[in-house]
Amino acid sequence: MRFNGSDEYVSTDDLTLAVNAAIQLQRPLLVKGEPGTGKTMLAVQVAKALGVPLLEWHIKSTTKAQQGLYEYDAVSRLRDSQLGDPRVHDIHNYIVKGMLWQAFSADSPVVLLIDEVDKADIEFPNDLLRELDRMEFYVYETRELVKAKHRPIVFITSNNEKELPDAFLRRCFFHYIRFPDKETMEKIVGVHFPELKKTLLREAMDVFFEVREVPGLKKKPSTSELLDWLKLLLAEDIPTDALRSKDRKTIIPPLHGALLKNEQDVHLFERLVFMTRAKGA
Amino acid sequence: MLIDFFLKLKSHKLPVSIKEYLTLLEAMGKGVIGPSVDDFYYLSRAALVKDEANFDKFDRAFAEFWQGVETIPGIEAQIPLEWLLKQVELTLTEEEKKQIEALGGWEKLMETLKQRLEEQKGRHQGGSKWIGTGGTSPFGAYGYNPEGIRIGQDRSRNRSAVKVWDQREYRNLDDSVELGTRNIKVALRRLRRFAREGAPDEFDLENTISSTARKAYLDIHMRPERRNTVKVLMLMDIGGTMDDHIKLAEELFSAAKTEFKHLEFYYFHNCLYDFVWKDNRRRHSERTRTWDLLHKYGHDYKVVFVGDATMSPYEILQPGGSIEYFNEEPGAVWIKRFMDVYPKCIWLNPEPEEIWGYRQSIQVLKELMNGRMYPTTLSGLERAMKVLAK
Ligand SMILES: Nc1ncnc2c1ncn2[C@@H]1O[C@H](COP(=O)(O)OP(=O)(O)OP(=O)(O)O)[C@@H](O)[C@H]1O
Ligand SMILES: [Mg+2]
Repeated sequence: MRFNGSDEYVSTDDLTLAVNAAIQLQRPLLVKGEPGTGKTMLAVQVAKALGVPLLEWHIKSTTKAQQGLYEYDAVSRLRDSQLGDPRVHDIHNYIVKGMLWQAFSADSPVVLLIDEVDKADIEFPNDLLRELDRMEFYVYETRELVKAKHRPIVFITSNNEKELPDAFLRRCFFHYIRFPDKETMEKIVGVHFPELKKTLLREAMDVFFEVREVPGLKKKPSTSELLDWLKLLLAEDIPTDALRSKDRKTIIPPLHGALLKNEQDVHLFERLVFMTRAKGA
Repeated sequence: MLIDFFLKLKSHKLPVSIKEYLTLLEAMGKGVIGPSVDDFYYLSRAALVKDEANFDKFDRAFAEFWQGVETIPGIEAQIPLEWLLKQVELTLTEEEKKQIEALGGWEKLMETLKQRLEEQKGRHQGGSKWIGTGGTSPFGAYGYNPEGIRIGQDRSRNRSAVKVWDQREYRNLDDSVELGTRNIKVALRRLRRFAREGAPDEFDLENTISSTARKAYLDIHMRPERRNTVKVLMLMDIGGTMDDHIKLAEELFSAAKTEFKHLEFYYFHNCLYDFVWKDNRRRHSERTRTWDLLHKYGHDYKVVFVGDATMSPYEILQPGGSIEYFNEEPGAVWIKRFMDVYPKCIWLNPEPEEIWGYRQSIQVLKELMNGRMYPTTLSGLERAMKVLAK
């Protein structure tokens, strides 16, 4: 199995290489990077390109490692026993399979995405070490060993909110998605808007990268914001000329609210533009 | 050969483990990459480096290693990496070779080249600028570049002339660079983590119920309380050349304000003496006696000094050393008092750590602080927080 990029996802050479290393050596690939750089999308696209099913496990601050294996629904069983439900005699009825179990028991290899692993408790990654290493775990309630029929291809994303334990890191390949340069970004936009006119693309990209350069922004616009903004520009049929200007720093680009989602940032940006304008006048 | 690479990384203080090294070997054995140095660079990075803050260090180590490899005479014979290096082809025509001779020969060209690379590093420039393309530089003019030893990398051939690792693209992710707008968010997160640590436990109702149901006996669970108990007293040197850096530290802590139970700011000038003040503009009219701080803020406060500690040692060690007014007691006495009252007391210094050794006053203050002085870099902050949290 080899990933060679896809029509819907722009993968740089180094990313493609890291993905293939992870696939061939059957180790998890840990992906970090600014928000909106396509970390989550990567797993989706690799699964699609390889033609294998995707299992997504989205992590929250309350997620426990055990939930990825299985949960024993003791409360239901207690209730059923009160109601005299015959199901109560078979404990299997109360074992709820988690994502890892599902991935292990699949009949063909799958891609397993563990999204935003840094949201969980610091212990979370450590609690999954053995399971990810050996690809097996033990179910105490039913006394059975669950072993992966096929080792899943594991993608793990992180937004860097917490540091991850060394023991965990040693077992992964690591890739950091850099914010795309202009060339790469044009390709990404091309994937989403194949029909987009070259001139509009050029102007919009210039505006976008200039806005990103504005000092002091709380949240710089990312790929998702650029894509949203382009969608709006197209929907509103904004002419290319509206983006073009001899001195672009003195106009506020149309629909800039789509690029800057934070109100403070919008104010800051508008103030800067006015100041430049005043100076120029 | 590859073990040298591994050791080179270690000598650059990269936290690489044998396990990861074996992974790299395994990957090479399984043919994950083709015979291309770029591929080797990417693969080894993905296998060995797990934090983008270390990418820049890795780039530097890789450059050193690769330079070493390149200059070994009879390279192919010595290196098990042959398959990689066999691909090294010199794509020069006879005519070009003659032109090189005219320029003083191959050796000379290599020398100049190396020099350029050094210069480029020294000036902290992006990688691609210096190679003349319009025929101004001998390297550009003859279709030859420092990588003119072209390496079998089909895809990259027209992509970049400069080695990826020489571009040092990850420099600003290095956590030993000073705090700035780029990394302040990360700093903040680390500070928040510090604020949360050591919070006492609270009753975990949900977990207790489910665990009790499961075990059929009362099984009480506790979890760390989310609220914060950390109290911080910050004392900052203001009115000097370091104002910007000190402001940054102040902003950083202010941004984390909600995470602390209490956070208090006071200013001093150069060193701590009898008085501090809250509002820098009214420093002469509205002063607070330093004694009052010691009485007002309990010893459970964590004290953070921020300052460049750069002054004449006289200002620390002598009564009357202050440049603002006549202080009865030397600054050193005040610092010692704080150290005695507050077990958790550190100094953040925005000056780069490498120069500390050259300034006597920094040495003196660091000693007074029992060595607890840290640079205002991400890793410095990290070390400082560890000490405060202990
Ligand atoms: N390389 C790429 N090729 C194609 N589309 C991309 C690429 N990178 C990002 N995108 C687009 O940008 C959007 C954001 O991507 P995604 O949600 O995967 O980012 P993320 O890194 O997971 O962000 P977050 O950190 O916020 O979770 C998606 O709509 C995706 O299609
Ligand atoms: Mg995501």
